[in-house]
Amino acid sequence: MKTYLDSGASTKVDPKILEKMKPYFTQKYGNASSGHSWGQEAKHAMEDARETIAKSIRAKPEEIIFTSGGTESNNFALKSTAFTNREKGNHIITTKIDHDCVLHSCKWLEKQGFKITYLNVDENGFVKTDELQNAITKKTILFSAIHGNNEIGTIQNLKELTKISHEHDVYFHTDACQSYTKTKLDVKEQDLDMATINAHKLNGPKGVGALYIKTGTEIDAWQHGGGHERGMRSSTENIHGIVGFGEAVRIAMKPEHVERMTKLRDNLIKGVLEIPNVELNGPTGNKRLCNNTNFCFQGIEGEALGGYLDLKEIASSTGSACSSHTLEPSHVITAIGRTPEQANSSVRITLSRFTTQEEINYLLQELPGIVTKLRRISPLSKVVDYVLKKSS
Amino acid sequence: MYSKKVVDRFSNPKNSGEMKDADAIGEEGNPRCGDVMKIYLKVENEKIIDVKFQTYGCIAAIACSDALCELAKGKTITEAKKIKSQDILNELGKLPPIKIHCSILGMEALQNVIKNYETKKAKNN
Repeated sequence: MKTYLDSGASTKVDPKILEKMKPYFTQKYGNASSGHSWGQEAKHAMEDARETIAKSIRAKPEEIIFTSGGTESNNFALKSTAFTNREKGNHIITTKIDHDCVLHSCKWLEKQGFKITYLNVDENGFVKTDELQNAITKKTILFSAIHGNNEIGTIQNLKELTKISHEHDVYFHTDACQSYTKTKLDVKEQDLDMATINAHKLNGPKGVGALYIKTGTEIDAWQHGGGHERGMRSSTENIHGIVGFGEAVRIAMKPEHVERMTKLRDNLIKGVLEIPNVELNGPTGNKRLCNNTNFCFQGIEGEALGGYLDLKEIASSTGSACSSHTLEPSHVITAIGRTPEQANSSVRITLSRFTTQEEINYLLQELPGIVTKLRRISPLSKVVDYVLKKSS
Repeated sequence: MYSKKVVDRFSNPKNSGEMKDADAIGEEGNPRCGDVMKIYLKVENEKIIDVKFQTYGCIAAIACSDALCELAKGKTITEAKKIKSQDILNELGKLPPIKIHCSILGMEALQNVIKNYETKKAKNN
């Protein structure tokens, strides 16, 4: 049974959303900057989507800047805030569990002369607020923290983090790609200055996202050109993508989806933890993303487990050293205090609103046999058993 | 990402598991880096009559381990010493560049177990 359990990576485009997008490829293909009826029809559709998205986070429509996705929005927020405010200071704070597009932007900013502090997190991935307090200096201009963690599902308490930031006159940006529509994102109540969101994690199309920028925030354009998006982000607008994004948000905001996913997630966690020597990475309950699970299967390398799941037509993802781009164990799983070995033995299983209980059952039916098989051929499984017995 | 030969060896390794009466055991790698290979040898009259592996590692590492066992089986110790990582790659078709190190680890694991065999033999003599 084809079972896609990697919705943290990307999701299928909801056919209903695709239908809404289709006319904007072949019929309503105008450039939103054009004055004629084709252009105006495109512009109208774009402004509709902007309004839906703004409303969903209690922002004003003009505070939503469309981009090509989460990576661009995070690059924009970090780099442009840094350069726009460099007279005020050269210090930026982020966390050790932020996404690579934030961390690598920070590494690049270090090369440009900025100072970056990477905050530790606790064993469940929460920012330690005392460490944040201590990290802020007179030169700090921005704190950027991931809202819902992409690997271990930790949902930060944004209100607490913005309060500390604003007490010191520091801007607060959050990468909300994973959390958007899955937990509360309310720019007023949470007092956000900037937030990154995108479409393809919520059954919308790839290649479209947005950056919320609170009115009055000191940030210049990062991408220059014809002055689109009120001069903040030039490039002919991706109208079909934006229409799909708006529709995706409209559908995803219905609360029943979160309730359903939470129930499935908890059934999944309960089932997987019945396998011996398996641990959950990250928190439980409502402080964890409703669609995220991540387990450490002791004695088994994550990619091998993912490979056997793939042979059973189950998609998962791994935080292991052997994942395709790098040979480093997950920086997130090591940041919560797991060993590199444990990080290499971790697998992420993520759901979407299309995931069914049948799919979870299929996974739970196949998983124990795969774990047994891989432990049998692992030289580490005995050592692991021994260590566990010793510590218990 | 992986060739059919790699996937076949990974999904149905013929030489995996512990060998209780091994004449020599060798281990190479580190779980921190994501790969540990343990190789067991059974030797008779300087000929490798059985090889088994236990590997903690990715798809490529498991496939390399299995291919390595296949290559070493039936060879004399002197012949087995000459097995290179390229021979493992040839056996598997090809590997993604980032996984080539798995074949090198395989070669090293084999050299390690042969060294252990020879040390043990020298002691017994």
